[in-house]
Amino acid sequence: MKLKVQASMAIAATMLAAAGAFAPQVVEIAGKAPAQMAAEPETVAIAPGSFDLRLPGEFLKNDYPVDAPLQATKVQRGFAIMKYQVSAADYARCVADGACEAPEASAITAGDDMPATGVSYRDATAYAAWLTERTGAVWRLPTDTEWAFAAGERYADDALLLDSNGSNPAERWLARYRSETGKSEPDPEPKTRGHFGTNAKSVADIAGNVWEWTTTCYTRTRLADGAAKAESLDNCGVRVVGGKHRGYMSYFIRDGKSGGCAAGMAPDNLGIRLVREPDSLLARFRKLLPAKVA
Amino acid sequence: MLTRREALLGTAAGTAGAVLLAAMAATPALAQVPAADIKSLPRQKVNLVAPPFVHEHEQVATGGPKVVEFQLTVKEQPVVIDREGTTMRAMTYNGSIPAPMMIVHEGDYVELTLVNPETNEMPHNIDFHAATGALGGGALTHVNPGEQVVLRFKATRTGTFVYHCAPEGMIPWHVVSGMSGTIMVLPRDGLKDGNGKQLTYDKLFYIGENDFYVPRDENGKYKSYETLGESYEETLNVMRGLIPTHVVFNGKVGALTGDNALKAKVGDKVLIVHSQANRDTRPHLIGGHGDHVWEQGKFSNAPAKDLETWFIRGGSAGAAFYTFLQPGVYAYVNHNLIEAAELGATAHIMVEGEWNDDLMAQVSAPGPIRAI
Repeated sequence: MKLKVQASMAIAATMLAAAGAFAPQVVEIAGKAPAQMAAEPETVAIAPGSFDLRLPGEFLKNDYPVDAPLQATKVQRGFAIMKYQVSAADYARCVADGACEAPEASAITAGDDMPATGVSYRDATAYAAWLTERTGAVWRLPTDTEWAFAAGERYADDALLLDSNGSNPAERWLARYRSETGKSEPDPEPKTRGHFGTNAKSVADIAGNVWEWTTTCYTRTRLADGAAKAESLDNCGVRVVGGKHRGYMSYFIRDGKSGGCAAGMAPDNLGIRLVREPDSLLARFRKLLPAKVA
Repeated sequence: MLTRREALLGTAAGTAGAVLLAAMAATPALAQVPAADIKSLPRQKVNLVAPPFVHEHEQVATGGPKVVEFQLTVKEQPVVIDREGTTMRAMTYNGSIPAPMMIVHEGDYVELTLVNPETNEMPHNIDFHAATGALGGGALTHVNPGEQVVLRFKATRTGTFVYHCAPEGMIPWHVVSGMSGTIMVLPRDGLKDGNGKQLTYDKLFYIGENDFYVPRDENGKYKSYETLGESYEETLNVMRGLIPTHVVFNGKVGALTGDNALKAKVGDKVLIVHSQANRDTRPHLIGGHGDHVWEQGKFSNAPAKDLETWFIRGGSAGAAFYTFLQPGVYAYVNHNLIEAAELGATAHIMVEGEWNDDLMAQVSAPGPIRAI
């Protein structure tokens, strides 16, 4: 697994650069009839605030894996995030427009009330670009921090809190396995919209049985004494997925189950929930114009 | 408790009888015991246990041969075979896939009551690879819904053996629908390493591997059927392609992972019995070995030593003896890794204990590449 991840780094970087996947800025809407625009997805306003974030990635101290530091994190600006995951029907519209690839056949669900599953990080970013073009608002994947903050009380601290010096590496493997097993639902069949209810921030189905892609890259960090970072290495071929437990998936994986390691618990499904950037001046101006002119 | 041998020696049978009996004990396969004598043997009724566990048993037999009674009830039922909820019209013995393991000793008599409840659709029977004659018992055990039958056979050969349903014309369908299990016939003096050294296991893990062939609809989704009869033709079409849609341990993708992962401790001696009634497979314990392996499963042959992967022929069961030396989460897989990772043939074993740095250590943790 590790080998595969390393090998995929270069390819991933190239492809992501080519796709221009990150945080699209203002997008030109040229020659599209507004009637074809997708309905603006419902969003939830996440108010600014602060919380303790268990940093993503792997952390080493004295050459032994340790829990990631818990970092007091401020979310300065509020943001809007989709109330529901992108639906199968919405994703299908992107496919119909030729902007998204059809999801994995075995993962196809249909309808407005089913989440799109069987989608990779590439698919997720392609969808965000398409939706951005279609709606005139800027849509992007959340960062791990944004996702964790939006997940609120459903965000699971994945620290193992082991009382050991790390000389027995198996202790962490066993504890991780137990922890993830305890959190995973035995029934991964995608559920209809709203099945998992809303959290305290009114975000629906978050941390249900569909994990959501974030933009955050996998990192491995060596800690010096205390919590200071001594050195760290990113691997953006692997992205963080948010869910019942935090997952790390290669960017091209569409089925979390087969993207996992031999002895770990993999995400049940992979899906999409996007953050909506505040309207730019240009977009606000456009909205004032009669539809025909836009 | 008086053994049969003691009981008979205590009678007026005399020296000739004693000599005959001694010969019988040495070569139980060859001696024919009069029916009256079988009737006088001690009887033991065993309640079968669902896999991956097995019923309580002695590894070294105390006392002489006995008649061991088992009951299997055929259950035709829909079963979920993967995490997506794919439902197969299954046929099972006692409701589990694989069917429960029976354990006896060489020279014992297996007395099986096979029950086919009238709620079932199909006739069934049973073919024991451990038995001699009548198609392994298949010709003597045909039961229609609403019938039962009792078969007795003598366990004359030691080893792990498959048993399965074998009704004329439909054998493979019954087998790949779940109707197979394992019987283990232990030598009366237990397992040996090939040099006469006793091998005693602390735990036995019973892994049954199945290949399933589930038809798909025009959208590629797995189909489910209201009845067995309706599922037959399309299932047969998939079977004839010889490419399984699922290859699983213990009846379902993930049946032996997560909450159902197997458990052991460093130092535990484990016998893993792996049974596949239809198709070849190649078990491998990632990060471990087979210390002593009976690939063909037959204990009269010396076990192979230190295997990395072992080969179980379709239609047989094999046994691997291993002592866990390191803690961790082990994956036990069919080392056709596509079948393990994509089709389901993976089990996990959680092993607790102290790490042995001498066997393995991470000398330098992953970090940036330094000048070499």
